[in-house]
Amino acid sequence: MGSQGGFYQSKEFLDLVKSIGEARSKAEEDRIVLNEIDTLKRRISEPDIPKRKMKEYIIRLVYIEMLGHDASFGYIHAVKMTHDDSLLVKRTGYLAVTLFLNEDHDLIILIVNTIQKDLKSDNYLVVCAALNAVCKLINEETIPAVLPQVVELLAHPKEAVRKKAVMALHRFYQKSPSSVSHLISNFRKRLSDNDPGVMGATLCPLFDLITQDVNSYKDLVISFVSILKQVAERRLSKAYDYHQMPAPFIQIKLLKILALLGSGDKQASENMYTVVGDIFRKCDSSSNIGNAVLYECICCVSSIYPNPKLLDSAADVISTFLKSDSHNLKYMGIDALGRLIKISPEIAEQHQLAVIDCLEDPDDTLKRKTFELLYKMTKSTNVDVIVDRMIDYMISINDNHYKTEIASRCVELAEQFAPSNQWFILTMNKVFEHAGDLVNIKVAHNLMRLIAEGFGEDDDNADSKLRSSAVESYLRILGEPNLPSVFLQVICWVLGEYGTADGMFSASDITGKLCDVAEAYSSDETVKAYAVTALMKIYAFEIAAGRKVDMLPECQSLMEELLASHSTDLQQRAYELQAVIGLDTHTVECIMPSDASCEDIEVDKDLSFLNGYIQEAIEKGAQPYIPESERSGVLNMGNFRNQDHHEPSHGLRFEAYELPKPAVQSRIPQAVPPSTEIVPVPEPMYPSEIYQTPTPSNPSNAGSTELKLRLDGVQKKWGRPTYTPETSTSTSTSQKTVNGAAQVEGASTVNSTRETYASRKPQVEISHEKQKLAASLFGGSSKPEKRPATGHKVSKASSHVVEKSHVPKSSKEVASEKTAPAQPPPDLLDLGEPTDTSTAPSLDPFTQLEGLLDTTQVASAANGATAASSSPDVMALYADTPIGIHNKDDTDLLSGLSNPSVTNVPGATAKPQITQSSGKGPNPKGSLEKDALVRQMGVNPSSQNPNLFKDLLG
Amino acid sequence: MGIRFILMVNKQGQTRLAQYYEWLTLEERRALEGEIVRKCLARNEQQCSFVEHRNYKIVYRRYASLFFLVGVDNDENELAILEFIHLLVETMDRHFGNVCELDIMFHLEKAHFMLDEMVMNGSVVETSKANILSPIQLMEKAS
Repeated sequence: MGSQGGFYQSKEFLDLVKSIGEARSKAEEDRIVLNEIDTLKRRISEPDIPKRKMKEYIIRLVYIEMLGHDASFGYIHAVKMTHDDSLLVKRTGYLAVTLFLNEDHDLIILIVNTIQKDLKSDNYLVVCAALNAVCKLINEETIPAVLPQVVELLAHPKEAVRKKAVMALHRFYQKSPSSVSHLISNFRKRLSDNDPGVMGATLCPLFDLITQDVNSYKDLVISFVSILKQVAERRLSKAYDYHQMPAPFIQIKLLKILALLGSGDKQASENMYTVVGDIFRKCDSSSNIGNAVLYECICCVSSIYPNPKLLDSAADVISTFLKSDSHNLKYMGIDALGRLIKISPEIAEQHQLAVIDCLEDPDDTLKRKTFELLYKMTKSTNVDVIVDRMIDYMISINDNHYKTEIASRCVELAEQFAPSNQWFILTMNKVFEHAGDLVNIKVAHNLMRLIAEGFGEDDDNADSKLRSSAVESYLRILGEPNLPSVFLQVICWVLGEYGTADGMFSASDITGKLCDVAEAYSSDETVKAYAVTALMKIYAFEIAAGRKVDMLPECQSLMEELLASHSTDLQQRAYELQAVIGLDTHTVECIMPSDASCEDIEVDKDLSFLNGYIQEAIEKGAQPYIPESERSGVLNMGNFRNQDHHEPSHGLRFEAYELPKPAVQSRIPQAVPPSTEIVPVPEPMYPSEIYQTPTPSNPSNAGSTELKLRLDGVQKKWGRPTYTPETSTSTSTSQKTVNGAAQVEGASTVNSTRETYASRKPQVEISHEKQKLAASLFGGSSKPEKRPATGHKVSKASSHVVEKSHVPKSSKEVASEKTAPAQPPPDLLDLGEPTDTSTAPSLDPFTQLEGLLDTTQVASAANGATAASSSPDVMALYADTPIGIHNKDDTDLLSGLSNPSVTNVPGATAKPQITQSSGKGPNPKGSLEKDALVRQMGVNPSSQNPNLFKDLLG
Repeated sequence: MGIRFILMVNKQGQTRLAQYYEWLTLEERRALEGEIVRKCLARNEQQCSFVEHRNYKIVYRRYASLFFLVGVDNDENELAILEFIHLLVETMDRHFGNVCELDIMFHLEKAHFMLDEMVMNGSVVETSKANILSPIQLMEKAS
């Protein structure tokens, strides 16, 4: 164990930890904790508890809360402990308080005073402890109490204090930006602090600030670039190295900042090209941390103004990621690909098979990431395949959160790229059927409006065909049990409007179905209301057509029920229906015109038709109307007008009757780039040809001319203009022919492309299914100029498959060698890096042992001083163990104390890695060392929970 | 804010350390911990070390019987977080010497102190092991 120092622990505490550690079940753990709560409640309020004892009690309270029980009875003692003079006790008090209390807790007010005092302390460690607490406990109201002191500490001689003061200020900025708006310049100043730790910390607030307002920080581009350059050139202290990478976490933070600053700014970006290129070259792609930095480079490159050379480097890294066997790297590769295709869409094609592998992988995380990528690369040629896949996946999962997300994406893609109306309605039906209650109600309203408006062209025939097919599909779907409420509302509305329009179904067919709905979902008042109104429309249309209305018996009983309904809305509708039935043909035609849901209704918001009446009244001496909000104040007509405008029009009963204008506006925010994009990509990010001719019509026109379908209207109306720049003429011609071929849905596209694909590459052993999928998703393989590239890619992909077939074998080998101790693999260190695992067994266990001893000796020699100084403590601690055992263990313990953790022996960088990766088996030294602890505690590693003793780092 | 919480949970699903960088009530913490531990335990070693959960992305890594789970925002570099976990374990290993689950249990406050040096306001602020450990060593000496 590490040195005990001031971290004294009593037998009681050890017993508690031991019993928690050995608890076999949650129930047992709960019992122990409840027992502990009882004990502490009694003990903690006793008078004159020694400091150390109190500190231990507080840690026991932390345990209680950590294990999910309430320890509020002891909060006040933790607060008291922050007053203590002893640094360790004080800091433990602060720690407990930050874990227990949120910033709005009543007890905070008792701590602010202590914090203020501690911020002035001479001991910088006390100041640091207080600053840590500031970051967690100070809320908007208490900021002024500590702000002046925190600002003063920004110039403290100790770098640790400066660093924490910067972070405290960062915290204030997060809580209340206005409270520190006059202090922002301090962050800029600290960026040039000569301590790398302070500089690194300053990047956190700067990142937030730059995210908020890029333009105010463009002047810092040069500074950030030069810092990054120095870091990459190893100018920082070696202490910041991690696995031979110079300060990788700082590099990543800087790259994130550069990505923000260079986004859409050619001039700023040009300053960054050299340093980012250098990092691409220098990064070690065999280590996780190297890949983390490479990934951040790709993010940066795809955000700043494009540079062909850097894009090439990024593409190379992506392809190594995707070809890797590590799922983690594949995941990063898919994510990076999604970023890069926005700039160079053609890159996706090279990786089509890898992407499909990921899509079909059983790993859910990878699958979702791949769907995210597909979502980004959807266009009108592949939308049907992608949305079908998404819906299948949506049906297969249970997680409502993700179901909602994927459903809304399906809707978005369908609205934007739908190849035909028929397809759109069928797709929406599927989405509603399986995720109806999770879909935003607006989507339902959009669907109704689409069916009502048709496609904005004067082709009534097509529109009515669309409606008939919708009606038909809904009548079929109504047979399914448990349909979501939102979907039923759509169905009722459409049946009411168009159920009898084409004469295929009689009024009694439709009304019968509507009554069934109202009965089957009798607890859902909204659905019932929709059903009743639909009934009213059907009857009204019948009357208008001069036919006699025969109410079905079930319909009559429904009416009787609703006339006495507790819901005033339902009652009202039922009475209205009753009234309408009694009216004559002409009146009915006026109040319920057929297919008029899209007619704009003039809403006279100023109620000008009343002007004459008002005038008359005022002349007769009436008071002019004063709006409620202004009754006490000065009458201001302009203000009055404004308020009137903001009021939503409540007058209409159905949303579909609303004026189209506000609804269309409200759709636009939804169509704005989805949340998955980290950095909003501004206009200038598109490839140069578009960038150079920034005519406003460019992107949307490119999309629609190429489509040549009559759904152009839909695109304009329903989605944002597609911004995947489709420039290749060959693709567009192929699309035209497909479209010309009487438009047999996407299937024909799939087939034709697949055939050319397959005939060119008959020798490749990739399953037909996958090829088909690839062709339908990426669809670009028909481009003649791409042929060599594709060939190259396929051969690579096939080798990838071969590689894959090796994998199970080698992993089996590893497994068989591991079977001897039937324990789980001791660590995850090399998870996802099969190279490591495969080398491990080849090492001779004896050399491993030697290596281990060597390093311990080196380490103990190096740290001899500390070992000696801490040994008395250990002796004291183990004094009551039997002497014989004590002697035997002592040497091991000392060597253990002297920090054998190989990684920190300076200069010995190559060796530690070997010992680390080979330390798979039981570690002889470690187990001996833990043995001592065992005896001290009176537990046996083999008894209850041997895992507690396992070295984490193996 | 990048990091939302850091958890250490063992194979049996028992929490060994929990630090949250945004306030959650006791009940919320309990529910969250239960759900994500169940999710992570169900995964095998070939699968990604990342799991999506509600609005979080969980990056996790297993050492012996102990899982280290870090909940992050969507726009965080997952690989870097994975290495941050490793840095944390290496730092604890340097301090405790062959760190094991029991070390963390016996010295819960020390493990917290290390984290407090490494992460503030949900951002990684210190990655030099010497800088992380020196306050703790000084504190030990002082008392």
